Amino acid sequence: MQKVIASLNIEVNDEGYLTDFSQWNKAIGEEIALYEGIVMTDEHWKVIEYLQDQHRKNVPLSIRKIGKSGVVAIKDFYRLFPKGPLKISSKIAGIPKPVSCV
Amino acid sequence: MKRLLILGAGTAGTMMANHLRPKLDNQTWEITLVDEEKIHYYQPGFLFIPFDIYTPEMVKKPIERPVPKGVNLIQETIDRIDKDNDTVYLQNGDTLTYDILIIATGTKPVPEEIEGMKGDQWYKNIFDFYTYEGSIALRDKLRNWEGGKLVMHICEMPIKCPIAPLEFVFLADSYFIEKGMRDKVDITYVTPLSGAFTKPKATEALNYLLEEKGIKIVSDFNIEHVDSENNRIVDYAEESVEYDLLVTVPTNMGSPMIERSGFGDELNFVPTDKATLQSTVKENIFAVGDATNLPTSKAGSVAHFEGEILTENILRYINGEELKADFDGHANCFIETGHGKALLIDFNYTQEPVTGTFPFPGVGPLKLLKESRLNHVGKMAFRWVYWNMLLKGRPIPFVSAEMSEAGKELA
Ligand SMILES: Cc1cc2nc3c(=O)[nH]c(=O)nc-3n(C[C@H](O)[C@H](O)[C@H](O)COP(=O)(O)OP(=O)(O)OC[C@H]3O[C@@H](n4cnc5c(N)ncnc54)[C@H](O)[C@@H]3O)c2cc1C
Repeated sequence: MQKVIASLNIEVNDEGYLTDFSQWNKAIGEEIALYEGIVMTDEHWKVIEYLQDQHRKNVPLSIRKIGKSGVVAIKDFYRLFPKGPLKISSKIAGIPKPVSCV
Repeated sequence: MKRLLILGAGTAGTMMANHLRPKLDNQTWEITLVDEEKIHYYQPGFLFIPFDIYTPEMVKKPIERPVPKGVNLIQETIDRIDKDNDTVYLQNGDTLTYDILIIATGTKPVPEEIEGMKGDQWYKNIFDFYTYEGSIALRDKLRNWEGGKLVMHICEMPIKCPIAPLEFVFLADSYFIEKGMRDKVDITYVTPLSGAFTKPKATEALNYLLEEKGIKIVSDFNIEHVDSENNRIVDYAEESVEYDLLVTVPTNMGSPMIERSGFGDELNFVPTDKATLQSTVKENIFAVGDATNLPTSKAGSVAHFEGEILTENILRYINGEELKADFDGHANCFIETGHGKALLIDFNYTQEPVTGTFPFPGVGPLKLLKESRLNHVGKMAFRWVYWNMLLKGRPIPFVSAEMSEAGKELA
């Protein structure tokens, strides 16, 4: 379905994750973050950039992997994106909801 | 003489030896298995020991028993693989060279990964049941336990047999009912997932069963540490859950040998092509069973389906032919639900578990994603199937390596 985010028509799924990463821009990320009650700072963007980079390389993400990446400690990851940090940050980054392992 | 080396003589390694020995000429190919254990454990049986349904003797055999004739078994710890020189180093200093290597070193719970878990209270009021010792210690605890808050908890995914913790709470519910003390026990299921299971349709069915049995669920809980002084587990979002008896599934990791070899992901799982089972580390290295990083369940049934395809691919590799990209992530698991009943789920990388009949469309006799007594009979028969068919590399009648859509009620 389509949703207007940052004045653009964006394709999202029923949980609000972008279905086409190429439509993403920083303003979209900022607006999604606001819906989640988060005001983006440089610290937030550093994490988002890392997630997007991993996504481009087709690397599946997990909280442990992010903690080990040296980009952000798990504790801080939770402070930046409270509650479900990986799910929320993925939504802001415009990448698919992380598939929990089987 | 050419050498095929298999690391790990558990479910997958032993199965591969059984598959390949009759297919590779004795005069040309030497097959060697390496494992540090003296015992082969039937791990699915660990679920039943705490509830006195199985005795410890029912889950073990000498490790050499299911190993076929004509295969060497070396009992030693593997130190590391030197992939550039096709050599494996053992802890005793011996080296083994190979033409083809199959990694089947599985995964083990590592309670040390979580702060405060393996402290003074380990095996006093904090237990695991994913090990032989843990399941027996927990059995002894449950025999005399007077009740209170029982918390079943999963540290992080992936874990082998991701449904075993659910089976544990279902069996606990029936165990305490039979002991006439269910009213004294409060059961809570704590998971890092957003619901009871990883796939939507099965989660719905399983959430319903939890509710029906009066088992509470706490989801999206990512443990940060165990506060064993105050009997509570605390997550990164600073939420906590109190327990009197904590049964946990610690972080499951691949062998530290993989880390020492300089490959493997953050949990020491081997990067593996999900369709061919060839590792992405080097052409002549393959991986099977729990040791891989494949996005499917870590289960004996999965190792069985992988085994058929890997056997074919090893033969193709030897003949210089293109590998068969046929593994679809097929998993098939019975879920014990207590009171002599069980569910059955059958799924793969893309098809989530749904309702229907198995293996014959419309006939069954087994029912998918619904409780039945016959499914329970199937689960109990699995122990026989494991020793006599699975490990021997014999096909299970009517169940193929690739998942079948027939009989499934697809939306
Ligand atoms: C409680 C529980 C319930 C389960 N229930 C089911 C079920 O109902 N159905 C199902 O299909 N599956 C079930 N499973 C999962 C199943 O047991 C595993 O998926 C299966 O055993 C995996 O086989 P594997 O060969 O990959 O690993 P394993 O069988 O664990 O074998 C690995 C072997 O490698 C050896 N090894 C590892 N590192 C080294 C080293 N450095 N040096 C030497 N040796 C080493 C180990 O000693 C071990 O023998 C269950 C598991 C548990 C714990």
